Formats: sequence, structure tokens, C-alpha cells
Amino acid sequence: MTDRKDFISREKFMAELWRYKNGSVTRRHFLGVTGLGAATAVLGAAMPGLRSAAWAQGNIGDRVVLATWPNYHDPENFDAFREATGAAVDMNVFGSNEEMLAKLQAGGSGWDVFVPTNYTITTYVDEDLIEPLDLSKIPNYDAASYNQRFAGPGTVDGTVYAVPKNWGTTGFAVNTAQLGANPKPTTWKEFWDMTMADFSGRTMVHDYQLTTIGNALKYYGYSFNSIDPAELADAEKLLLDAKPHLFAISSDYQPSMRSGDAWMTICWTGDGKQMNRDMPEIEYVLGKEGGELWSDFYAIPKGAPHMDAAYALINFLLDPAVNAKESLFHGYPTADARVDALMPPEVLNDPILYPAADLLDALEFGAAVTLTDPNRAELMARFKSA
Amino acid sequence: MSPRLRTTLLLAPATVWLLAMLVLPLVVVAVFSFGERAAAGGYSAAFSLENFANLGTRWAAFKNTLMLAPAGTVLCLLIAYPLAYFLAVRADPKWRTLLLILVIVPFWTSILIRSYAWIYLLGGQGVPKLVGLLGFGSPRLVNTPFAVLIGIVYGYLPLMVFPIFVSLERLDKRLLEASADLGSPPWRSFLQVTLPLSMPGVATGCMLVFILLMGEFLIPAMLGGGKVFFVGNALVDLFLQSRNWPFGAAVAVALVVIMLVTVTAYMRLTRRWAGGRDDVSLM
Repeated sequence: MTDRKDFISREKFMAELWRYKNGSVTRRHFLGVTGLGAATAVLGAAMPGLRSAAWAQGNIGDRVVLATWPNYHDPENFDAFREATGAAVDMNVFGSNEEMLAKLQAGGSGWDVFVPTNYTITTYVDEDLIEPLDLSKIPNYDAASYNQRFAGPGTVDGTVYAVPKNWGTTGFAVNTAQLGANPKPTTWKEFWDMTMADFSGRTMVHDYQLTTIGNALKYYGYSFNSIDPAELADAEKLLLDAKPHLFAISSDYQPSMRSGDAWMTICWTGDGKQMNRDMPEIEYVLGKEGGELWSDFYAIPKGAPHMDAAYALINFLLDPAVNAKESLFHGYPTADARVDALMPPEVLNDPILYPAADLLDALEFGAAVTLTDPNRAELMARFKSA
Repeated sequence: MSPRLRTTLLLAPATVWLLAMLVLPLVVVAVFSFGERAAAGGYSAAFSLENFANLGTRWAAFKNTLMLAPAGTVLCLLIAYPLAYFLAVRADPKWRTLLLILVIVPFWTSILIRSYAWIYLLGGQGVPKLVGLLGFGSPRLVNTPFAVLIGIVYGYLPLMVFPIFVSLERLDKRLLEASADLGSPPWRSFLQVTLPLSMPGVATGCMLVFILLMGEFLIPAMLGGGKVFFVGNALVDLFLQSRNWPFGAAVAVALVVIMLVTVTAYMRLTRRWAGGRDDVSLM
């Protein structure tokens, strides 16, 4: 190409951006000289589904605020989004669904898009904190290509409030080099029994009532979601008995597992995969009794300040090519068959990321009441302060 | 402009700030503490004393805080006093500024990152391994109350050093000469002249460290491995995890009351200690 009008160096782009911000050039000049106008037109043509979207006209504003989890996005995708739309992604990272809920309940979060987990969505709907989605603005969301098991929780009473992002499991990771005479544990019963025996002082549990209490309940074969007082009392006894044997109560378990201070921990898929990749002796196990299966979603909070940008970002991230790039970056699978088709076979055959069907069948989704039950919260407080 | 009006105008910004940023939030916390937890968490208006009746369920957190905060303060004092004495009295004035800057340097990095570094230092590959190589076994350090104390002393030491340094530096050296002339050995001059005259700095440093420690939550969470539970940690959990704001507010009110009582008692005590001299101020 001899005519380089569609190309602009990074430095020149920033210089033009400043001129535009300072008001010394018009928006039209800015879009023209930086090639953003052309870029949006080209992208619009290349991705038929996007052609009619609001952001293809380049009027979605200059930023979009995303509340999400740590290490859960490929920054290159955000760069591409900014280049295509002019909207920079402003990311707020959270540690738990409870924190997200607390922030939205307090009001004035300023978020445009957030990433709730399956069991929180009905609570957001009940509290009127979540916007029903206008699917015509998310043409990349093709419900038929999604596994309904993972997409289902986004729909409440027939209204779609959230579209699926990624899914995963909660099992445990064990450093097999430290097993000694013990067989490799395969159940939650063994997890807790080993913690109170040979692995004393070496086990970590999440600083999170949902998974820590849930997997203590699995010791007795109860439901992960139980709020039955008698069953919770059993779980509490186990937790209090195990506490002196724990290395730590923390959801930041990778550093201690990698340094060898901790030998076993309750663990989410992605962390299990990352540790196993770098240290093959750390294996990821799904307890035979079951445990948690989860699915994260994209949703828009009520009163999002940049609504067009919110839809544009969700639609962009659900584009199968973009979504596959996301998935390869953070390691969590999607529930979209179109994305699976783009993934390398070694990923699809990975037993950590895509567990065998019989192990998956034993798992349960966390329930909304599990999150909000005051008794479980108090149990966790007693466990931590004991 | 009358002096009175001028005073009013000059004080207006500070007054507005205090009302909006201190008094108003405290009123909100006090009101919330009598409320009820809404079904999905948060606050729902009510008048109930139940939250205060339930304070006993957080007794362990209060107990840990009320034991480790004073212990941390005393440890800080024991380490900071000799250091401040060295800086103010013994160090070559040429180097004094540089040494003082070195005391502050750690503050240039976030306490979060510095605490994280301690996780590695106290972890199995750190100090315990070194001790093990020397043949003393490998003690468990990280995730114990001892690790929390180390983190506290490390984090708060400069806050103790500076007030003591200032009071020692202002000390009139002629008093020590007079004491020596009258036949007092150095240790006696220290106990009867230097130490009493540096008490304002000691009192200020202890107050600063103690008040901040009572609200600490980061160091116990990181170096205590979630097993050393302070009131601050209970508050974080109540507001961000179980979202029981009214109970969290009640715990916060209880903490404020405990602080008011201990700080008042402490001030009375130091004043009596100083024999009613008014040059022993706290701040």
C-alpha cells in the first residue's frame, strides 16, 4: 500500500489524542487522522455481526469501566477494543462476589460491565441492581452454541440478565512429591483426614465461606450448598478440629504452594492449571463426592454510565476469535462451541480444564442462598477467630 | 473585618471538613449499629440492640487485638528508643540527616508489598531455612502471631522513632553536664535526666502506634495467614464478605468506645506520671 493514510505511529497517535483531548482539534479530525474512523469501518465490514452495533459508528464515548477478577483478561484484547472503538477499558479487580455485591449495594459504583458468578445473579435481580440485556445489541451472543448447563443461570424468570464468560471447578491441589506413604487423595474425606494427619501444618483453605464450608460439608457427603443447621454444625466441628492443622486460611495460595510451604490447598481450575504447568508434581483433584462447579458471566449493572460502551465491550469479548484469545490467556474454558472449535486439541483434552463427564456430574452450582445465608457467614467468622 | 469574623472564616474549612469527614460518618455508623441486616445483606432500618448483644461472638478478635496491639507497641518502643537515642545523641551530625532518611525509606513502598516480602522472608525458603542450615531445625515462622508481631514492629517502627528522636534532640545538653558535675554517673543521668525529659516523645509515639494498631487488618491477614484475627479483620469480613453492615457498625462502635476509654486512661496516667507538668503533652 502506497497511501499510508490508514497508518499512524503510536507516538503520533498519542500526540493527536492529546490535541483532541485539549480541544485543539475536532473529533472528526482526530478520527480521520488516526485512522480510527477507517478502522471502525474496516472492522465493521470484517465482522458482519458488528456492522450495525452502536460502536461501529464510533459514538460510544472514550471509556468503559469493567469490574472483574484478577488475571481474567488478555490486555491485548483491550488494546484492540480501544483501537477499534476509541473506548479505553478501565478495569477494577475484585477478590470476591461479596465485595462486588457490597460495592453495588452501596451505589455509585460507576461500572459499565461486571463479571458476576452464577449464584449471585438472582440476588442482583432481586435487589434490582442488574440491567436486563438487550440481546439485539450483543449479536455475537449465539445462545444455541452455548452449553445450557453453564449459560442457564444468566436467565432469571425468562429474562436474560447475563451472558456466559467462562466456567470452571473448585477442587484441590496436592503436591504429590510430599505424599510419602499416602496414596494420592481423590476425595474430600481424604483431603480433610490427611490435613489432620501427615499433612498437618501444610494445608490451606480459601478465605471464602462458600468453598471452605462447602467442601467441609462434602466430608460428610452433604450438599455443597447445605444451610441445614445440623449439617452446618457437623461442618463447623470438622473445621474447628482442622484449624490447628492448617497452614493458612487464604485464597492467595499459589505463592505458598510453589515455595513448598504448603502441600495441599482448596483450588480453582485456573490456579490448578497454572501450578501444574510449572510444577507437574502439583496435581489438581476433583473430589469424588463432588464440590463446586461455577460459571462466570458478563452483565451490566443498573445505571451504567456508558451503556453503549458496555454492550460494545461485551459483544467484542464474545466474538469467538477474541474469546478464544481470552481463554488461551487465562486458561479457563468457555461454554461456547464456536470457541472450542478454535482451541488447540491439547487444551480441549486437558483433564484439569475439561474434566471427565462423571466427575463433572457430581459437581453442584453454588446456590444464591449459600452466598447470603447469615449462618454460614457467622460459621466462617467463628472458624477464623477460633 | 473583626478578629472574631476572621477567626470564624479561617476555621470554616477545617470545621466543614471535620463535620463532613469525621462527625457525619460516625453518626452514620452509630445509626447503622442499631439496624438490621437486610435479607441479601446491607442495612435495613430498625431499632434493635441485638447487634450489641452479639458482640461476644467477636470476643476472640477483640482479645487478639487487645493483646497484640499493646505488645506490638511495647516492642516498638524497646527497639525504637535506643535507635532514636543513637540518632539524636550519638550519631555524627554530619550523617544524621542521611540516617533519618534511611528510617523513612521503607515508607516509600506500599506496606502491602513490604508485608508480602515478609511472607517470603519468614516462609520455608527464608529465615527458617537459614536457621535450619545452621543446625537449629526449621521453626515455623510465617502464619503465627510471632510473624504478625514482626510485621507490626517493622511497619510501625518509624512512627515510634521520630517523636522520641525529636524530644531527645531538643534536650538541653547543659542539664547532662550539670548532672555530671554534681557527681552523677552516666547511667544515673540517663535515668534521672534524659529519660524523664524524653517522656513526651515516648508518650506520643506509643499513642500513635497503639491507635493505628487497634485498627490494623492488613498485617494479621498477610503474615498471620488468616489465622490471627484482629477486630480490623472482623470488620473487613462483616462489611465485605457477610455484608452484615449493622453488626459491623456495632463492632466499630465498640472499638471506638474501647479506644476512648483506653486513650483517656492513658492520658490521665501519663499526666500523673509527669507530676502534672504541662510540658508533657501528648501530641
